Amino acid sequence: MKRRIFLQRTAGAGLAAGAALMVGKPGELFASAPQSKPYDLVAVMGGTPEAMFDLGIQSLGGIGNFVTKGQKVVVKPNIGWDVTPEKGANTNPALVKRIVEHCIRAGANEVYVFDNTCDDWLKCYSSSGIEKAVKSAGGKMVPGNTESYYKEISIPEGKILKSAKVHELILDCEVIINVPVLKHHSSTKMSAALKNMMGAVWDRKYWHSNNLHQCIADYAMYSKKPVLNVIDCYNVMLKNGPRGVSVDDVVQMKAQILSADWVAADAAAAKMMNLNPEQIDYIPIAHKMGAGNMNLESLNINRIKM
Amino acid sequence: MQSSILKRIRVFLALVVFLFISSIFLDFRDLVPDKYYDSILFFQFIPSVLRFLDLSVMAASGFIIVIILTFITGRTYCSVLCPLGIYQDIVSRIGGRVRKKYRRFGFTRPFTIIRYGLLGITLVVTLSGGIYLISLLDPYSIFGRISTYFFKPAFLVLNNLLAGIVNKYDVYTIYKVQVKTITVLAYIIPSVFLFLVTVFSFRRGRLYCNTLCPVGTFLGLISKISLFRIKIEESSCSRCGRCALACKSSCIDFMNRSLDLSRCVSCFNCLSSCPDKAISFGLPLRKVAEKTVDSGKREFIAGTLLLLFGLSQTVRAKEVPVPKKASTVREEKTSPVCLPGATSIENFSSRCTACSLCVSACPKNVIQPSVLEYGLKGIMQPRMDYHKGFCNFECTICTEICPTGALMPLELEAKKLTQLGKAIFIKDNCIVHTEKTDCGACSEHCPTKAVQMIPYEGNLVIPEVTNDICIGCGACEYACPTTPFKAIFVNGNVQHVAAKKPQTEKAVLKTDDFPF
Repeated sequence: MKRRIFLQRTAGAGLAAGAALMVGKPGELFASAPQSKPYDLVAVMGGTPEAMFDLGIQSLGGIGNFVTKGQKVVVKPNIGWDVTPEKGANTNPALVKRIVEHCIRAGANEVYVFDNTCDDWLKCYSSSGIEKAVKSAGGKMVPGNTESYYKEISIPEGKILKSAKVHELILDCEVIINVPVLKHHSSTKMSAALKNMMGAVWDRKYWHSNNLHQCIADYAMYSKKPVLNVIDCYNVMLKNGPRGVSVDDVVQMKAQILSADWVAADAAAAKMMNLNPEQIDYIPIAHKMGAGNMNLESLNINRIKM
Repeated sequence: MQSSILKRIRVFLALVVFLFISSIFLDFRDLVPDKYYDSILFFQFIPSVLRFLDLSVMAASGFIIVIILTFITGRTYCSVLCPLGIYQDIVSRIGGRVRKKYRRFGFTRPFTIIRYGLLGITLVVTLSGGIYLISLLDPYSIFGRISTYFFKPAFLVLNNLLAGIVNKYDVYTIYKVQVKTITVLAYIIPSVFLFLVTVFSFRRGRLYCNTLCPVGTFLGLISKISLFRIKIEESSCSRCGRCALACKSSCIDFMNRSLDLSRCVSCFNCLSSCPDKAISFGLPLRKVAEKTVDSGKREFIAGTLLLLFGLSQTVRAKEVPVPKKASTVREEKTSPVCLPGATSIENFSSRCTACSLCVSACPKNVIQPSVLEYGLKGIMQPRMDYHKGFCNFECTICTEICPTGALMPLELEAKKLTQLGKAIFIKDNCIVHTEKTDCGACSEHCPTKAVQMIPYEGNLVIPEVTNDICIGCGACEYACPTTPFKAIFVNGNVQHVAAKKPQTEKAVLKTDDFPF
């Protein structure tokens, strides 16, 4: 910024503030400005996935706080299974669509969506409704089906998982938005933000055979982290996860959790499922390693009911 | 020299057929809808016969039409409908271009003993209950195997090279695909046949079809008396021999102005080669040929047949029975896992010609050619290999496309309740037991939750299998990370059975306020 422009703008801002002071009480100046102490976590309940995201992201200062013009964005939902949206095994397509729309409105150059699926990837992309949703919002569905799309990275701070092969887009992009679905998980008890990144890496078997919980926490120490985690708690699978057997496994919670801190987001998500975050081993491990803060009491939380 | 109109029609139709049949084998993007597979493969002779024997329906009557067609126009099947024949014509054409000055063709004597011997043996062996010889020699199945195990991988490599380029420019309409190989031993048979047909056709045109192919030999018997045929007008023929050089079946004996109709594939290449316009395609000229019977030859053929029949029976007696004895290594499978829609291993192995169309069509790469899993006679017949992939719960494609009826169509809901085998848990191999850490990859992937995680030591959970709701899809076995032996595997059912539907109960949770 040139000095002249800086001076002009500062003067302008000073004038505006002065004018505001003259009109109203001094305190209102700060109240009307975006949240003085920003929220660590926003939880929304009672609306459609789209409406809850609109409110939630607004409360975090708008998508502009996370995505700026010309950036390459990766939106990483859970598209692991060849099942339809009401089964709650994949992220809600309406939510993914809305997030892509927000990113594009914020001026993102390109918005990419992918997952390393468990079932056949083409069937997953299509049955989940996510492919259609992303394309209609102007985003790009990217394959993650062969090892050649993955590149080796190192995680110096990891205890067991010291290196991994991540999707090349994770390396190429400027912004990652992690959009998991909250659900029961047979081995880790719960799957949400931290666990969702297993879909960004190639060799998951290594994680499974080398202390799964520690590996999940280790990955959270990788330097390229999501700037925002949006946990879809609209249709929540309470049992038989992560794939689910029938819609009977699902309750309609109609909620959403947004946070830049994925450990905090996962702790809140665990509570939504009536689980103690301490019992989901990877959450306390990630907390202790410094990947985030699981103590919800110490966080500034905005709870919105629609 | 302008080629005759008949030849041009033949070439055009053959290319269309070749394109369609190749496309279903190469189609890794599911661009050709499954419902067209039946029509595309309708005329394939052996699959159609097998299906007809099973179903006796008009939908499987392709081979009858082929026989009628052969009575009318000779071996048109070999020229226009057989993908292996068309492949050989393509190779032969290339051979002609490469070795321009070399006169490849010319009249040769037929390999009578070999061709009729092979036809006879194949018939006898097949009728006495073994499908293995006809599977090995059926030209469509040979083409299917060559396509699946050689052409498709090559095609995928090309696709991946292209995808690598366009993906750099942010275009993902072309994407990379994992090129997967099969067990080394399973390459032997398709390699041998690829070599045989390619070398034979490159050097000698239709030599393979007129020597080793039982379908060709069988249709040759009919084409001997076909209504329309290639004929040589003796009065105008100057014995220049150009037709003999043009004949890729080497069946024109220009010195005697005669033609071996049993080897003629009605390709019409000779029509335009004749400067005297003495060759034409039409109703036969009336001429009574003298025939001599070589009784020694006949006896020899009969003897050979008998000998080979005996041999084949001995092979059968020595076959590894299904289910085979429990082996002492690996996961102790007593029986291979047979594909959905097969109903039983016996039913499947008596109908499958190992054309490998299902191997090619399976999106999860779980269908793999067998080596000895079904015994020697089932070599190359596909099985479920859960080390390579697992059966996608929502998919029935293999059951819908089988041209021989070895796999019968299954409705999706029925397939989800068809138990191909049962999962068996080996606790001593399990990560949770050996490493004392959570894993649960098997249970994660299980679509019916026949594999569930139950409390183990401390906070740990360990798998438990409920057999009656297991459908044997192999998701657990595939996902299990232990090596070299899995901690959970599927043991095949000799006879597929109905699995129980998983019991479900509506989940409840009070969710009207934030719990934090």
